[in-house]
Amino acid sequence: MTELTAADVQANLDTVFVLFAAVLVIFMQAGFALVEAGLTRAKSVANIMMKNLMDFAAGVIAFFCVGFAIAFGAGNDLFGSEGWFLTGDWDFGNLNVATFFVFQVAFAATAATIVSGAMAERTKFKSYFVYSFAITALIYPLVVHWTWGGGWLSTFGEGFVDFAGSTVVHSVGGWAALMGALILGPRIGKYSADGRVRAIPGHSIPFAVLGTFILLVGWYGFNPGSQLAADPVIADIALTTTLAACAGALMATVTIWTKTGKPDVGMAANGLLAGLVGITAGTAAVSNVGALAIGGIAGALVVFSVLFFDRVRVDDPVGAISVHGVCGAFGTLAVGLFAEEGGLFYGDGLAQVGTQAVGVAAVFAFVTVAAGLLFLAIRATIGLRVSAEEEIEGLDVMEHGAPGYGIDTAAGTSAVAHANPSLAGRPTAPQPVV
Amino acid sequence: MHLVTAVLRPHQLDAVKDALRGIGVSGITVSEVNGFGRQGGHTETYRGAEYTVDFLPKVRVEVLVDGIGAEKVVETITAAARTGKIGDGKVWVTDVQRVVRIRTGELDDEAL
Repeated sequence: MTELTAADVQANLDTVFVLFAAVLVIFMQAGFALVEAGLTRAKSVANIMMKNLMDFAAGVIAFFCVGFAIAFGAGNDLFGSEGWFLTGDWDFGNLNVATFFVFQVAFAATAATIVSGAMAERTKFKSYFVYSFAITALIYPLVVHWTWGGGWLSTFGEGFVDFAGSTVVHSVGGWAALMGALILGPRIGKYSADGRVRAIPGHSIPFAVLGTFILLVGWYGFNPGSQLAADPVIADIALTTTLAACAGALMATVTIWTKTGKPDVGMAANGLLAGLVGITAGTAAVSNVGALAIGGIAGALVVFSVLFFDRVRVDDPVGAISVHGVCGAFGTLAVGLFAEEGGLFYGDGLAQVGTQAVGVAAVFAFVTVAAGLLFLAIRATIGLRVSAEEEIEGLDVMEHGAPGYGIDTAAGTSAVAHANPSLAGRPTAPQPVV
Repeated sequence: MHLVTAVLRPHQLDAVKDALRGIGVSGITVSEVNGFGRQGGHTETYRGAEYTVDFLPKVRVEVLVDGIGAEKVVETITAAARTGKIGDGKVWVTDVQRVVRIRTGELDDEAL
């Protein structure tokens, strides 16, 4: 039996840590599901849950078969073309391909699930299902290849910095969400003919806040895990992550409180997430004060962004475009300002800012065009939006056969009627109300 | 005095409420109910098994009016709530014997 060397121990530690981080990121799927359910109406809750469940399932399969190879396989500066179905030889340092894949697929699924919130309450399930495959098979992997996969952005200028994916994950999801919401159109009744914006409140603030906390906890896998090693720096990353989240929540609360006179709970939750998205690019490169600044600015920015998209009549029920797209772009640019090595505020000039800006712009251009074409193609073939009757009634029964809430009282009478044929076709006695 | 009661589609509630405000109605009571008339009674599935959707969610709107106003309220509700499809609901009028404003003790017509 060979002796365990220190290097072996480090390798095992790296594997355990990265897998644990991957699990935290996968748990963010629960966070997204809860936030999206909480901020939308009860009559479509089963549908939003299903979309979150299945964009994970479809996304993982698509990334396994095709996406991972495009993202990380050997190829050219634009895309990988080897390693389909995870075959072939891979070199990820101390991590084997299984560990690396499980970690990366969690990120792919995160990018995919961002979009369901912006398209909630009016998108056909089958159309969303098709989209889920496409984004994780092709759109997201291409952006990954340009950056983390060693492609053109990773060597452009000063080298594009996006440590855990403000642009690669969050902006990809956010801009796809923008195109989805644009091509779908707003929910019925959201914007009146005379230009007023009508609130369509969600059905559960507790879901929204609990979901936000779950996303926060998941982010401890998202950011520190992106070090891809059990290295002391993961503590610094966890710290900047925490500071940015809280600064975001605070500033969003102050901003909406000032603007509307009330500290809106949903907006505060969005603010915490905005801070997290904002720090995700520079979490290993900025100081603690820098993290506070980035989180705080993102928190204020997300409020203005949500109000802006309503003003231009892009209906985003959960603020996904603002939290992930806009704050993802900001967080990426902020690296050029706040990075302790290379940042403008540390006297290193505009070079990094310029590189960051090119990356942000390139991803914006690519994702908006690609997702735009995808949604237009879906709309032209199998349709994208449900009928007006279905949207008004709620998606649960017509898309999935059963409401998310109240199915037991709705269906309970049927069993009695079927058991006693003489009652068939007549109303049964009302169930006792508990 | 009369009580005008309407059972309506939930989606039409906003339009009915605005229309009633428009004719000067100062107060209504709204409750969420389930029911069926000619609409309803279709089959759905849950985990592979069938069930019948017997009851549909509706809203019940109740408006107290003095005698002269009841007809106008009925017309207003009907017009605002109509979609033309089965399931639009019904409006009816019942007599009320006594109305009291709890805060002041005013009776009948003064309480409306």
